[in-house]
Amino acid sequence: MQAKTNILNLPTQEFVHPGTRACTGCGLSIAYRVGLKALGKDTILVVPPSCLTVLQGLFPVASTKLPCLNVTFASTAAAATGILATLKTKGNDHTTVAGWAGDGGTSDIGLQALSGAAERGDNFIYFCYDNEGYMNTGVQRSGTTPIGAVTANTPFKGKLQQKKDVPAIMAAHKLSYVAACSAAYPLDLYDKIKSCLHLPGTKYFHIHIPCPPGWGYDPRYGIKIGRLAVETGYYDLYEIVNGEFRLTAASEKLIEKRKLTPVREYFRAQSRFRILTDEQINEIQRQIDMKWDGYYKKGE
Amino acid sequence: MGTRNYRRKTSHSEHGPGDGGRTGSWRVERPVLDQSLCIPCKRNKEACFICWLYCPEIVISRTIPPQFNLEYCKGCGICAEECPTKAITMVDEAHFSEQKKDKE
Amino acid sequence: MYMIENGNTAAALGVKLCRAGVIAAYPITPQTPLTEKLSEYVELGDMKAEYIPVESEHSALAVCIAASSAGARVFTATSANGLLYMHEQIQWASGARLPIVMCVVNRAVGAPWNVWNDQQDSISQRDTGWIQIYCCDHQQIIDTVIKAYWLAEKISIPIMVCYDGYILSHTYMPFDLPDQEKVDAFLPPFQPDYALNPDEPANLNTVTLPDVRIDTKGQLAHGYMEIRYLLQEELRTTLQIAADAEKRFAEIFGRGGNPYIEPYRCDDADYVAVGLGSITYQLRVCVDTLRKEGIKVGVMGVRYYRPFPDAVIAGALKGKKGIIVFEKALSYGYEGALASDLKSALYEHLAGTGSLPAVQNLIAGIGGREIHTDDLTQNLRAATQGRISREPAWIGLKI
Repeated sequence: MQAKTNILNLPTQEFVHPGTRACTGCGLSIAYRVGLKALGKDTILVVPPSCLTVLQGLFPVASTKLPCLNVTFASTAAAATGILATLKTKGNDHTTVAGWAGDGGTSDIGLQALSGAAERGDNFIYFCYDNEGYMNTGVQRSGTTPIGAVTANTPFKGKLQQKKDVPAIMAAHKLSYVAACSAAYPLDLYDKIKSCLHLPGTKYFHIHIPCPPGWGYDPRYGIKIGRLAVETGYYDLYEIVNGEFRLTAASEKLIEKRKLTPVREYFRAQSRFRILTDEQINEIQRQIDMKWDGYYKKGE
Repeated sequence: MGTRNYRRKTSHSEHGPGDGGRTGSWRVERPVLDQSLCIPCKRNKEACFICWLYCPEIVISRTIPPQFNLEYCKGCGICAEECPTKAITMVDEAHFSEQKKDKE
Repeated sequence: MYMIENGNTAAALGVKLCRAGVIAAYPITPQTPLTEKLSEYVELGDMKAEYIPVESEHSALAVCIAASSAGARVFTATSANGLLYMHEQIQWASGARLPIVMCVVNRAVGAPWNVWNDQQDSISQRDTGWIQIYCCDHQQIIDTVIKAYWLAEKISIPIMVCYDGYILSHTYMPFDLPDQEKVDAFLPPFQPDYALNPDEPANLNTVTLPDVRIDTKGQLAHGYMEIRYLLQEELRTTLQIAADAEKRFAEIFGRGGNPYIEPYRCDDADYVAVGLGSITYQLRVCVDTLRKEGIKVGVMGVRYYRPFPDAVIAGALKGKKGIIVFEKALSYGYEGALASDLKSALYEHLAGTGSLPAVQNLIAGIGGREIHTDDLTQNLRAATQGRISREPAWIGLKI
């Protein structure tokens, strides 16, 4: 078990320049910055159209100090496969290939290519940064938008369907490593990346990303809201290593703590959930409680 | 005003700061540090640095005291919210005159 | 070394000789034997390449785009709906200026489903900025694949090598298999201007503004319009470089000719039939028949369809009484794409000179409808005797 990283021993080298076009208080900026610290200089990135495209900059200025290939919306994973194939032909087995796609580019339009690459066992690391909607194009609903969220195209009734559980889909591909992380817990993200880079096949990361304009909160509360998602047991931090599931970081601590913050606090902190009724919130609370009863039992 | 001699025939970008321009112009309030409350300042050694960790714009330096690059700081307020001793306060930009230098 | 093999194998052998490093393909009739052959070469160790069995054609070209951006020589092949599924990536590859070579085994497009030969698939992609070369026999297939890699890597523009499904892909013909050493002499290893690597980081193909903008070194960089202009400008100069490729190939392999058109008995012809691909060889039989009847007719195959060799075509057809364009595709809502382009070239170069020929457009073989040589002869004869119709005339229609 490798030692947990803390703020003081987190590498100080930065791979992103300041002054990007990301929104004020963007959660992706935080996760991306720390993620790149874990990946290091010997990395090639693949990015489909998404918030990250804009964060990375408009021609001819790039904000990221790593090589990056912009690709069409559906093809992040296929492009990662292609770069890897070239590296193999050149005998390069050390450069990391990392795809960074949004939730839309992963759970919706990108799912086919990702599933194909995972099935082939293509050896790259894939990050789905999940701000729970097509935020770059103006907050439209995606497969991972949670139920009840008001978006630009679910304006009055909110999303009527459940959030797609993409880590579970990826775990079904029998990957060596699947992780659920959050921008509010960057050190957990860092450690998980470091722990899996040597593992074979596709490594899948799902990162919960608070988004001020998309979720409706004052940007200063971004980390607080990301933490609330975890402390309410609504969004869990975990890893699945060769099929074995375990909660990590703050989620792991909740097993001992046996006390979840009421999920109502999470919903009431964001204006996108303004139409959720008390009944709906109680139902969601019930489902969370059931899920955690399961975790508690497993822990015993 | 031609670009005929520009080397690349493709969209090929090299990295540098400020792709979004002087993003400091976005903010309506700026972070102000009270060093008497700041943990690394008080201990005069590396400590805390939570503001450095969570800054989305990478405009807070990991120094004693932490310094804010106001050229690019967008004024999100995450540093103020996360500082465990409330050493950082977000102050309305209107309080700062135009003559003051951008870098403090 | 002479051998007898089918067209798909000829293409596969061409790719093997060119030492492609990354192959990504998705199966679709009638392309499948081509990529199956490549997987045989790779698994036996005859070919040192990464073979990626992708989960869709869109991903096939995505893999090629990425692999090429990282510095490998790449290959893919497809037909019909597979080509259509790739369309987004086809536009991407040319805009990204990548030297990808792709074989298109021409097949009809759905709806409704049809696996037999026509050329609607590649014709529908003519506006994408790819070079399109049409082959008439297996020698042309293997030679064109080799020339295509040299040309694509010289000018950084992707190339579609098109040949008729079943008629060429699945039939057996003798052809000369070039020596590996000669191919190596003709085609050196791929040396891209830039390949993705951490030591020289760059962000490729990000959002590019309508207007020009200063870069990190203070220099004025292109806007989107300039990048697109350069693609068009360099596609047009490809016409000259294609001649260089042909010359160089002839020097090493001892065969070659006019890279743009393949004329047969056209010099003294009053009427010239024009087409793309194998139909032009079939038309040679018709030409010979009509010549015996005293009708001075010839046939001209167009090899380079994009960039369109307008000057060469207009020069070759100048002063002829009539041109009869036979096509296996059309731009629905108007007429055959080749006929339109040809008329435009003739008008551009010959209008007002008194040597502008009449043009007729005939559609044949849609969805693999058998093209009877007698039907072709009959229609060609009729076309030399008077205009058949203003609208494209469909040969072999049973409505």
